[in-house]
Amino acid sequence: MSNTLAVNAQGVCKSYTPGVPVLQSFDFQLAPGEVHALIGSNGAGKSTFAKILTGLTPFNGGSIQLHDKLFAPRNKQEATTAGVVMVLQELNIIPTLSVAENLFLHQLPKKVGLLDKNALRLKAKEALARMGLEKLDPSLPGGMLGVGQQQLVEIATALAQESSVLILDEPTAALTSPEIDLLFERIRLLKQEGVAVIYISHRMDEIERIADAVTVMRDGERAGQHRIGEVTIPALIREMAGHEVKDSTDRRSLPESKEVTLSVSDLRREGVLRGISFEAHRGEILGLAGLIGAGRTETLRAIFGADRVDGGRVTTPKNPSGLPFSSPQSAVWAGLAFVPEDRKAEGLLLDRSVGSNTTLATLSQFAAAGLVQTKQEEDAAVRVCERLAVKCESLAQAVRNLSGGNQQKIIIGRWLLTECDIFLFDEPTRGIDVAAKDAVYDLLDELAAAGKTIVVVSSDLEELMRISHRIVVLSNGSVTGEFEPESWTSEAITAASFAGFGAEKEVAA
Amino acid sequence: MSRNWKRLAADYGPMLAIWVVLVLLFGALSDNFLTTRTLANIAGQVPALAVIACGMTFVLIIAGIDLSVGSVLALSGSVLCVSMGVLPLPVAILLAILTGGLAGLFNGAVSVFLKIPSFIVSLGTLKIAFGLAMLVTSSETVTVGLKLEPFVDRFLGVPVSFWVALGVVLGGQFILTRTVFGRYLIAIGTNDEAVRLAGVPTASKKIAVFVFCGLLTGLASVLFAARLGGMNADAGNGLELAAIAAVVIGGTSLMGGRGSVVNSFVGVLIILTLDAGLAQIGAREFLKHLITGVVIIVAVTLDALRGDLLASLQRRFQPKTSSSQ
Repeated sequence: MSNTLAVNAQGVCKSYTPGVPVLQSFDFQLAPGEVHALIGSNGAGKSTFAKILTGLTPFNGGSIQLHDKLFAPRNKQEATTAGVVMVLQELNIIPTLSVAENLFLHQLPKKVGLLDKNALRLKAKEALARMGLEKLDPSLPGGMLGVGQQQLVEIATALAQESSVLILDEPTAALTSPEIDLLFERIRLLKQEGVAVIYISHRMDEIERIADAVTVMRDGERAGQHRIGEVTIPALIREMAGHEVKDSTDRRSLPESKEVTLSVSDLRREGVLRGISFEAHRGEILGLAGLIGAGRTETLRAIFGADRVDGGRVTTPKNPSGLPFSSPQSAVWAGLAFVPEDRKAEGLLLDRSVGSNTTLATLSQFAAAGLVQTKQEEDAAVRVCERLAVKCESLAQAVRNLSGGNQQKIIIGRWLLTECDIFLFDEPTRGIDVAAKDAVYDLLDELAAAGKTIVVVSSDLEELMRISHRIVVLSNGSVTGEFEPESWTSEAITAASFAGFGAEKEVAA
Repeated sequence: MSRNWKRLAADYGPMLAIWVVLVLLFGALSDNFLTTRTLANIAGQVPALAVIACGMTFVLIIAGIDLSVGSVLALSGSVLCVSMGVLPLPVAILLAILTGGLAGLFNGAVSVFLKIPSFIVSLGTLKIAFGLAMLVTSSETVTVGLKLEPFVDRFLGVPVSFWVALGVVLGGQFILTRTVFGRYLIAIGTNDEAVRLAGVPTASKKIAVFVFCGLLTGLASVLFAARLGGMNADAGNGLELAAIAAVVIGGTSLMGGRGSVVNSFVGVLIILTLDAGLAQIGAREFLKHLITGVVIIVAVTLDALRGDLLASLQRRFQPKTSSSQ
């Protein structure tokens, strides 16, 4: 009994789309009573592995044993029954239900078919006390709780279920330091009860405090497994960053102009952006690197006026006052363009035609006295679609039926029709195939060569190092590094990405 | 040119065909249906409802809804009939239309700026306008005799109010399909956030739609009062539901982004024909309601299935030929 593993994963493989592996023969061992940290850069495969263990997605190869028994949950319920429980990063508290009901939503106590309120209250009290929330009234609506409390209740919910393997995904993101202490205390108790904990986090200092072992993931594989205390944080970061990407530097001919065309200074938004400052030049492709949740998307949206900001300046040649844009409309007037990450939700009119999507930002240019001049509009759409080699049956085809790459080209084409000279790209190559990626890279180069200013957010560091003239690293809402091609290494950028999350002491050298 | 006709036929043909079938069906079932009297009766009811349905089409296209049109019509009509006694007719008409516009402005501004669903805002406006209409009319029917007669006079054999409604419908369709404003409304109804992030302001356009719907309701109240020869606070009861039903039968999506004013007009014809036809063949009151309800649900269901049906038909009939015109 004592030497059986809680989780023993051997050679686990997973790909969502054929040919694009997310997990490649991943090995992972977790002993009962062990807190095991799982770390890695964006897209390393941490959440995919967690989803497999909790039955949210199946795996394609390899085997997983749970307490020496083969384990392949087909849904969340099967995983829960087998004792694997996960606390998701997002809050799932239902605001209108009481704390007690939220806690036991999966198994509300019943008496002759009716909710047994007394039993529920007692069980809730007990569960809350275990999280140090004795003072919290279980009849309070979930929506009345602060974010930190919600997170604790969320964890209490998971702990209220019988579990032998507990997965925590960034559990401390919303917690204050006394709340974190409380959580860690609780985790130590669980350890004594023999519960195995998988702790997914960016925060190196917490991993040092709470974990017994750490597995480093990179590109869907195990890059290393260590006992805490036998490894240093710089070594872990080296493992996450992996082999040095030395790509052809000939792609990067640095822009000659040193004219600053976009100056962002001390941009702030409560809880998200803690004073972001950087500059971008004419003809430059500036990469914004960082972990998911570092505030990169939020930075682009704040610059573009899509979200309200609490303070800071965004200065461009057409916005010399530096007052942040109050709406996307004023940003577009000042010559900015934004290509959002989630193009289906924020970029496209999925059921509308290629033509109307292409001219969405510039329709009034093709109008006389308020009337759309169909011929002019069509000509412009055709021009752009030809220039970007958009593959579609006709301009009337709905964009829903196009490939991701062609959809992306249409959004980019939309901005080419405007007079924009500052382009903000958020994950421009997410979900598009290799050929289309190359087309996007070429286009970025072309725009830069034409004197445009380009800011690109990408979670793919290799990609960013390939296309950027310079890289600024964000971490936890702050700028933690700036790199020129001569000096950047994936290790240094990865270190800077983690710096804002409490690892700065160790990597300062 | 033939392509244009094909498109016209594809856009409006099915709806018109359904209406024609309905007319012929009732004609076959009842000797009194295809008579001038019955048809004139239907034609008399069309204008007010068609003008409101035009405004409602715009509101539904931006994924909103206006439940207040019935009682706003009563309020505008009351303002018209009361002020006609003391003001010149054109001024009284203008006042009625502006009253409607004001109600629309309220619906639009509150729902857009306070981010309250237009369903709720317009439900409140429904009660407010109803109360105000009672206040203006002192809860009595205000009669105006024959002063609004010019609207029911015939021009080329058809009442003037019918021509007005037809003009509104064609004008509305033109605005929707040919102007920058109309194109942006369709875009807003499809994906509001995408339009905003394309640098196009959406709030003012959405408010304008509610104002437009209100102004048209005010205009409808004039046509309505002309036909009735007066107005009372209860006159518009249920009109909002009839208008929404007509628009939905006409294939406008409640989810926004898709719709046609002309098809809404045919929807109005269908609803009124159904109503008059069922009465003609002696259907009892309860059956009329039952059948109208079923028709609405069938229309919406067909519309919801439309995408799937089209796709499966395409798969069935053109498996090899990849159509690339």
